[in-house]
Amino acid sequence: MEIAMNTSEAVMSPESTIENGVLAPVRDAVGTPLLAREDARMTCRNVNVYYGEKHAIHDVSLDIGKNEVIAMIGPSGCGKSTFLRCLNRMNDTIDICRVQGQIRIDDQDIYDKSVDVVPLRAQVGMVFQKPNPFPKSIYDNIAYGPRIHGLSNNRTDLDEIVQGSLQKAGLWEEVKDRLDQPGTGLSGGQQQRLCIARAIAVSPEVILMDEPCSALDPIATARIEELIDELRSNFTIAIVTHSMQQAARVSQRTAYFHLGDLVEVGPTEEIFTNPSHKLTEDYITGRFG
Amino acid sequence: MQTSTLIIVLLLLSSALYYLGRQRSLTVANGEARKLHSLPSYYGYYAALWCLLPALAILAIWNGFETKVITTLVVNGLPDAVRNVGDAKLGLIVNDIRNLATGGMTSVDPDPAMIAAAKHYADLRGISHAALAVVALVIASIGGFFAWRHIATGHRARNKVESIVKGFLLSSSTLAIFTTVGIVLSVLFEAVRFFNQIPITDFLFGLQWSPQMAIRADQVGSSGAFGVIPLFVGTMLISLIAMVVAAPTGLMAAIYLSEYANRKVRAVVKPMMEILAGIPTVVYGFFAALTVAPFLRDTGGILGLDVSSESALAAGLVMGIMIIPFVSSLSDDVINAVPQAMRDGAYGLGATRSETIRNVIIPAALPGIVGGMLLAVSRAIGETMIVVMAAGLSANLTANPLEAVTTVTVQIVTLLVGDQEFDSPKTLAAFALGLSLFVTTLILNVVALHVVRKYREQYE
Amino acid sequence: MSNQESMNRVRAGLARRYAAERRFRMYGVIAILLSLAFLLMLFVSIIGNGYTAFQQTYIKLDVNFDPAMLDPTGSGDMKIINRTGDFQGVIKQALRDAFPGVTKRGDKRNLYGLVSGGAGFELRDRLHADPGLMGRTVSIWVTADAEIDMVVKGHIDREVPEDDRRVKDQTIAWIDALVAEDRLEKRFNITFFTAGDSRNPEQAGIWGAAVGSVYTLIVTLVLSFPIGVAAAIYLEEFAPTNRFTDFIEVNINNLAAVPSIVFGLLGLAVFINFFGMPRSAPMVGGLVLTLMTLPTIIIASRAALKSVPPSIREAALGIGASKMQMVFHHVLPLAMPGMLTGAIIGMAQALGETAPLLMIGMVAFIVDIPGGVFDPSTVLPVQIYLWADSPERAFVERTSAAIMVLLAFLVTMNALAVLLRKRFEKRW
Repeated sequence: MEIAMNTSEAVMSPESTIENGVLAPVRDAVGTPLLAREDARMTCRNVNVYYGEKHAIHDVSLDIGKNEVIAMIGPSGCGKSTFLRCLNRMNDTIDICRVQGQIRIDDQDIYDKSVDVVPLRAQVGMVFQKPNPFPKSIYDNIAYGPRIHGLSNNRTDLDEIVQGSLQKAGLWEEVKDRLDQPGTGLSGGQQQRLCIARAIAVSPEVILMDEPCSALDPIATARIEELIDELRSNFTIAIVTHSMQQAARVSQRTAYFHLGDLVEVGPTEEIFTNPSHKLTEDYITGRFG
Repeated sequence: MQTSTLIIVLLLLSSALYYLGRQRSLTVANGEARKLHSLPSYYGYYAALWCLLPALAILAIWNGFETKVITTLVVNGLPDAVRNVGDAKLGLIVNDIRNLATGGMTSVDPDPAMIAAAKHYADLRGISHAALAVVALVIASIGGFFAWRHIATGHRARNKVESIVKGFLLSSSTLAIFTTVGIVLSVLFEAVRFFNQIPITDFLFGLQWSPQMAIRADQVGSSGAFGVIPLFVGTMLISLIAMVVAAPTGLMAAIYLSEYANRKVRAVVKPMMEILAGIPTVVYGFFAALTVAPFLRDTGGILGLDVSSESALAAGLVMGIMIIPFVSSLSDDVINAVPQAMRDGAYGLGATRSETIRNVIIPAALPGIVGGMLLAVSRAIGETMIVVMAAGLSANLTANPLEAVTTVTVQIVTLLVGDQEFDSPKTLAAFALGLSLFVTTLILNVVALHVVRKYREQYE
Repeated sequence: MSNQESMNRVRAGLARRYAAERRFRMYGVIAILLSLAFLLMLFVSIIGNGYTAFQQTYIKLDVNFDPAMLDPTGSGDMKIINRTGDFQGVIKQALRDAFPGVTKRGDKRNLYGLVSGGAGFELRDRLHADPGLMGRTVSIWVTADAEIDMVVKGHIDREVPEDDRRVKDQTIAWIDALVAEDRLEKRFNITFFTAGDSRNPEQAGIWGAAVGSVYTLIVTLVLSFPIGVAAAIYLEEFAPTNRFTDFIEVNINNLAAVPSIVFGLLGLAVFINFFGMPRSAPMVGGLVLTLMTLPTIIIASRAALKSVPPSIREAALGIGASKMQMVFHHVLPLAMPGMLTGAIIGMAQALGETAPLLMIGMVAFIVDIPGGVFDPSTVLPVQIYLWADSPERAFVERTSAAIMVLLAFLVTMNALAVLLRKRFEKRW
C-alpha cells in the first residue's frame, strides 16, 4: 500500500522520480534490447492517453513482435486495457479520449488523419472481455466480417471461410450441425471461441484480447488458453489479463503496467522468476493487486 | 410530365445507375471485389445518389417557386382595370383563374379576359413542367455519369456514401430546431403586423376583449377591443381548477402505485391510467359538454346556485381528469428515481411507510414533482378542445368558477375557423394570442424541463 | 433517557402514527378509485349515449315504381331516369297509400317526414341494380327519418306534453300503426359506416372522416418515422457532446410540450399561406402532425437505441465494421421493435389530435369521400367535434358512436404497441 502511494506521488512530479529512486531506473531498465524488436509487427513510441483531464497512460513505448503472444498485466486501473484499445483505435468511440504519440503498423502511424479505421480494424482484430456474439445465427456471426470487407466472391468462398475460422477456433466439431442457430444460445466458453472465430474470419495479423477469459469458468478458460497457443503460429496476439498464471501459461513476453506506466517488459519467464523492478516483484508475489 | 411521374422516372434512373456503378467497380477491379476500397454495392449507391439527389433538389426548389412565379407573370399580363381592384379581390380573381385553368368551378361567370388569363396560366404551367422534366433528367444523367466515371479501385465510395447518410441523419435531427424557428417566425411575423394596427400595450393590459371589428362605421356592438387580460384570467381560472383536481389525485395515485400497491393492483391500474391518458381531448370535450356541464348546472339549480351551462368549473374539472394520468406518470418517474437507500435509511429507523414518504421521499423528489406540475400547468394552458367545446365564448373578467369564461385557445380557434381575410386585425389577433400562448408555455416548459433534468442528474 | 423510557414513548405514539399511516394510505386508494371512477363515468356516458347509433329504424313501404313519375319521357334510359325521375314523389305516393286517411296538406307534409330525405336515392339505387322493377309494386325497406328513429329508440319521451315535444302525437300514432303492421324495425346501421358527412343525421356516416384520417396518418407515418429514427440515430450514435447537440435536445424536449394548437398556427402560416398548399388537405394535416409527433418518436427511438448493449457495438467495430455499418447492421435491427412501439404510440396520438387540424381548415363540411392526399377532407376527431356542435338529438347518438369507433382504433393501436413491447422486449 505504502509503495503504491509513493509511486502515485512519484508519477505526479517528474523531479521526484529521480530523488525517489523508485521509478527512475525502471524507465532506463526497460532498455533497448527488449523494447525495440527486429521482428516488430506494431511499434508504439511515447504513447500518452488522456480521458478529458485525466492522464491515463504515460509515455508508453512497446513493440509487439510477429507471431508472439504478449501479455499485459498489472493491477486494475493500471491502463493495460486502455493501452490495448489504442492499438486498433477502439478508443475512438469514447468522445473525451485523446491519444498522443506514435503507434505504427507497416510503417504507417495508425493515428494519422489519412488512416481509415475500418481496414485497420480488419488488420488488428479484437476479442472482448465478455463474449459478445451478435444476436444472429452462428454462421452469420462469422460471415459478417468477410461480408462487409468483401472477402468472399461467392457463397462457397464464404462457407469455406466460416468453416476454416470455426476450425481454427476449435469450435467446428461442436457447432457444425447447428450453424443456423443463434450464437447467443452457446455456452459462455463456446461464445468466446465464436468471438475468436469471428475475429480470425477476416484474417487479421494482430488479435487483441481484452481479458478474454474473465467471464469464463476454469475449464472453458483452459480451452481458450490452448487455442491462443495454437493461434500463435498464424497471428500476433496481445492479451490483457488480470491472472498472472494465465500470463505465465500463454505468453512469451509480459509487460507490467502500473498506474498508467509501463514499468517493465521482458520474456515472461524472466519477469516471473527474476523481475528487475520492485513494483513488479511486489505484484507477482501478491503483495498488492 | 407530372411531378409524381418524374420522381418515378428519376428513381428508375438511379436504380439503373446503382447497377451500372456496381458493375463498373467490378470491372475496374477485374472482378475481384477484394481489390476495391469499398464493397461493390457502395459504388452502386454512390452513382445512384449522385444521380438522384441533385435532381430532387432542383425538383423541390422548382416546385416551391413555380406557383408564385407563374402567378406573378399571369397577374402582370392582366388588364390594368382588373389589376387595380385591391389585394383581396385580386386574390379571388387569381383563384378563379387557377380554377379555370385546372378545370374547376369559379365563383363568377368567367369573362374573356379571365379565360385568356387562364389559358396563359395553363400554358405557363405546361412549359414549366416540361422544362422541369428536361432539367431534372439532364442533371440526373450528368450527376450519374460523372459519379460513374469516378469509380476506381482506390475510390473511397463507402466513406462518401456514409457521409451523405450522416448528412441526412444530422439534418433530420436539426428539423426540431427548424420547427421551433418556424413556430416563432410564423407567429411573430403575423403578431407584429397585428401590433402595427393595435398598440401592444392595449393588447397586454386591456380589460376588454371583443374582436368583432366594425365593417361599417355606424355598426353597433363592434368595439374591436383586443385586451388579453380577460382571456388570461379565464385560462388561469380553468387551469387552476384543473390543477386542484389533478395535482393531489395524480400525486397520491402515483405514490400509492409505487409505494403501496402490490404487483397485481399495479398490473390492473396502470393500463387503466394509460387508457385515461390516451383518450383524445375531443372526447373529453364532448364528455364535458354533454354530461358534466348539464350535471353541474342541474345540481347548482337544486342548491339554488346559478351555474352557467358553460361554466369554468365544468371545463376545469374535465381538464383535471385529463391531466391526472399525466401528473401521475411524471410523479411516478420522479418517485422511482429516489434511491432505495434513502427509503431503507428511514425504514431502518422504524419510520412507517407514510412517514418515509412524507419526510424522505417527497422532500427528495420535490424538485422533480414541482417540475412535473409545471409541465402539467403548461399542458392545461395549451389544452384546446375541452375548452372549445365546454367553455364559453364571451370574455368575462371574473374569478367565479360558476360563470362562463373564455380562454386564449378558444379565441384562437374562434378567430381562425371559418372564412377569414389575412390582414384583418381579427385574424392577426389569433397569431398574437398564439405568440403569447407559445411564450407562456415555453417559459413554463424550459423551467420545468431544467428543474427535472437537474433533479435526475442528482441521482444518476 | 433510558432505553425503557424511550421505548415507552415510542409505544405511546404508535396508535397515532398508525392512524396517520392508514389515513395516508386511504388518500392513495381514494385517488386511484377517483381516477377509475372518472374513466368509468366517461365510458358509461359515451357508450350509454352511443350504442343505439349502431342501429337505425327502417320503414317498409309498398312502392310502385310508376313509369309515369320515374320516366315521364318513356326513354327507358337509366341515365335520364337517374336525372329526371321523381323518386321522392314515388315514396310520397307510397306513404299516402299506406295512410289513406291523411288528406290535409299540413298533415301530408308531416307524413312525408316519416322517411329520410335520402330515401329517394335508395330507390334509385334499387332500380339501378334491378331495372326490371320498373312498373311493379314492391315492398321495400327505406330509412326512417332521424326524428322517428329517436322516438323508436326512446330518446324522445312520449310522456312529455305535446307542445314541448319535437315529434307530435299524430306522428307517434302513425309510428304505432306501422309497428302494429310490422312495417317498422331497427336494423344494423350500415350507412353510419359507409357514408360521408350529411346534414341529415340518418344519412351521416363516418367513412369519409375515417378515410381522411387514414390518409393523414399515412402522410404522418411516412414522414415522421424515418425522420424521427434518423434524428434519434444521429443524436444517440453520432452527435458529439457540444452546445449544438444540447441545443437540438432542448428543442426536441420543448417541442414535445408545446401546445398542439401552436403547431396548427405554424401549419396555417407556413404550409398554407407561405407555400400555398391547399386548405383542408390530408397532406397539410399530415405535415403538421409529423412535426407534432416527431418529438415522441425521437424520444422513444433514442430510448430503444440506448437499450442496445454497447458490447454489440464493440463487437461490430472490433471486426472492422464502420460506424454506419455497425448502426445499420446491428444496432438498428435490435432497436426496431422499440422504435415501432414509439411510432405506434405517436400515431395514436396523431389519430386523436383535433386542435391543429381545425387551424388548417380540416373542419369543413365535406360530404364526398376523399380520394387522395390533396382532396379536401376531415378526420375522425374533427368529425366528432362537428357533430358534437349539431343540435339534433340524433347527432348526439352518432357523436358518441363515432367516439366509440375512434376509441376502438386507439385501444387497438395501444394494445399492438404493448404486444410488440412484450414480444420483443429483451433483457441483456
